Amino acid sequence: MWDYLKLAVLGVVVVVAAIAASMARDLPYLVHMLVIMLAAAITFVWQIRRAGEPVSAANPNEYMDGPVRFGVVATAFWGVVGFLVGVVIAFQLAWPDLNFQWAQGYLNFGRLRPLHTSAVIFAFGGNALIATAFYVVQRTSAARLWGGGLAWFVFWGYQIFIVMAATGYVLGSTQGNEYAEPEWLTDLWLTIVWVAFLAVYMGTVINRREPHIYVANWFYISFIVTVAMLHLVNNAAIPVSVFGSKSIPVWSGVQSAMIQWWYGHNAVGFFLTAGFLGMMYYFIPKQAERPVYSYKLSIMHFWALIFLYIWAGPHHLHYTALPDWAQTLGMTFSIMLWMPSWGGMINGLMTLSGAWDKLRTDPIIRMMVVAVGFYGMATFEGPMMSIKAVNSLSHYTDWTIGHVHSGALGWNGMITFGALYYLVPRLWQRERLYSLRLVSWHFWLATIGIVLYAASMWVTGIMEGLMWREVDAQGFLVNSFADTVAAKFPMYVVRGLGGVLFLLGAIIMCYNLWKTVTSTAERQPARAAAVPAE
Amino acid sequence: MGLLDHHKKIETHATLLLVLSFLVVTIGGIVQIVPLFYLDNTIEKVEGMRPYAPLEIAGREIYLREGCYTCHSQMIRPMRDEVERYGHYSLAAESMYDHPFQWGSKRTGPDLARLGGRYSDDWHVQHMINPRDVVPESIMPSYAYMLNRTLDRSDAEHVRDIMAVYRTLGHPYTEEMLDNAVGDFFAQADDFGDPGVVDRYPGAQQRNFDGQNQVTEMDAIIAYMQMLGTLVDFDTFVPVANR
Repeated sequence: MWDYLKLAVLGVVVVVAAIAASMARDLPYLVHMLVIMLAAAITFVWQIRRAGEPVSAANPNEYMDGPVRFGVVATAFWGVVGFLVGVVIAFQLAWPDLNFQWAQGYLNFGRLRPLHTSAVIFAFGGNALIATAFYVVQRTSAARLWGGGLAWFVFWGYQIFIVMAATGYVLGSTQGNEYAEPEWLTDLWLTIVWVAFLAVYMGTVINRREPHIYVANWFYISFIVTVAMLHLVNNAAIPVSVFGSKSIPVWSGVQSAMIQWWYGHNAVGFFLTAGFLGMMYYFIPKQAERPVYSYKLSIMHFWALIFLYIWAGPHHLHYTALPDWAQTLGMTFSIMLWMPSWGGMINGLMTLSGAWDKLRTDPIIRMMVVAVGFYGMATFEGPMMSIKAVNSLSHYTDWTIGHVHSGALGWNGMITFGALYYLVPRLWQRERLYSLRLVSWHFWLATIGIVLYAASMWVTGIMEGLMWREVDAQGFLVNSFADTVAAKFPMYVVRGLGGVLFLLGAIIMCYNLWKTVTSTAERQPARAAAVPAE
Repeated sequence: MGLLDHHKKIETHATLLLVLSFLVVTIGGIVQIVPLFYLDNTIEKVEGMRPYAPLEIAGREIYLREGCYTCHSQMIRPMRDEVERYGHYSLAAESMYDHPFQWGSKRTGPDLARLGGRYSDDWHVQHMINPRDVVPESIMPSYAYMLNRTLDRSDAEHVRDIMAVYRTLGHPYTEEMLDNAVGDFFAQADDFGDPGVVDRYPGAQQRNFDGQNQVTEMDAIIAYMQMLGTLVDFDTFVPVANR
């Protein structure tokens, strides 16, 4: 009965999407409707082929790792795509002829930049978060994922969201809000997927056999629920037509700016920080085989972090037309945020007490430690840049770009790589990774890449900030804007090279993980039988 | 630490943890965002601000579509060098009709808040065809293809639909403006077009922006760029002292 209902719903979706596609008022909408139609049709065929087959009930005492395995593959894939687009746009800034004439309406910098930011934050980071969330919540709750096939819906639904967002950017469908570019149709779809994600996660936590909810889960829960709130408020919009991709955001002017950076900064605070701290709290203790350093510190820094982060948005709007009181609040809370951020860093680093020797022998733990190090560095740099006097120089410059990348490449990238190296042998029942030497190569390529990136952006950022404000003895501006553009060229090349190294490292990782799955000895089944609560 | 012992209640109860962490993250947003909607001094009343004319909306849509905001800001801060370089600092009222705001966060290219009237239409056309022809150091992509993208009646009707949405959001578009939207769209890009468009949208500039017979995306983007920051007359503007 349930199967027939599913088939009926899928059939209706196919037909409605086909009709909508034929009524489409613009190309992005047409493409999105075809994507939805195709996805529903494939699911329909897949459903119908297994209809009537006897279904063996899933063993409730076994973990559900299928979506985690797919999530790991998707994370690696989208990571390479996102880094590659990043390298391309970095070189577009050095050599503008890379904005090819023949691809003007599709591949100019302005369209690829949202593709890059969304690919790394939402596709690479998002898949890493969903995959590790599903892995960690099962292990720390000693319960199978709640909701039967719902976890599969979350995985595939999220991939459809990524495809819709990416095609939208290239075809010019955008709301014009940084990091919230997708239009109403894509936003609605993400909302459905996200609610399903929250349901699977909370259902599993509620089914847990451990009395206590492990600290990693606190962070994952706050990440999921806060991102839902931010997404809904910032993307409130009225579609111009139900058959067109265009919508008009409800908020305008000052309010739009405040809400956008409330969203934008907490995409950093909850997507890229709270969620990834959840990752840190599981994978670092497991890889180091040491308990978390301080339980009390984790309580204090968790509540302080989520309370303070949400206030920090206005530091993106210093000296703008946003009222002063809001700017000052934003600055004050950004500075206070330094403390809980470093609380997390200390808790992560000190977890290694008694196991520091592993840094010499285990490149995976080295990766995780460097990730936490970059987290600490970026969360010091952030509060510093939010001070109005510093911000008056750094705002609008490349310094901001460098700051974001030391956080994104150093913290999010490295901790994700560490988690992937931890997960793959366990998920595919392999004895070990294919090659630790290649992990070392990845580590050094990525680290040097980040250093080149951050250092070149400090140089260009501070240089252009100083050049813009330089006046001569008569009080005239010394530099034209074009002078500052020309002066940045060598550093743009260095930044691009840093990106190439980081991308190379990720490709080596993909090869290493692939060989781990395909040509490493299988782990002896003795350990796979009874899985105790971890 | 007696207080922390009570944390056991939260960390053994999933729903409580969810609800509490949600409540904690709502506070900051409520305090910072909600007052902006009712505090009178958030947006000063300024003479000259009007909603966008149809062709300007089309230009603004192109500006969004191409991701111009990823490299250009539209927000002049009140520092000496910025005022010197770009003009009077930006007022909150100047973006009151922008859904969403386009203040930007990065100046890979210069600020555009007061771009209007700085360069000739010909300069803009040349600059869009190949930016390096007029600014050798520029790293901006070429947008020559906009010259060949003709705008037709359906594009004008799309803009009218956008105006209808703007009106439900409170923009002061009149019935007359909506009725004439399609006509005004084409008239603004015509040297000899119906002058009604300038009556309806004071300060709108009416001429053939790209020099071609048909109305193209180049007309629309230049119409938008030429009006940026021109609506408020700063010869007569007096800032309110208590802001």
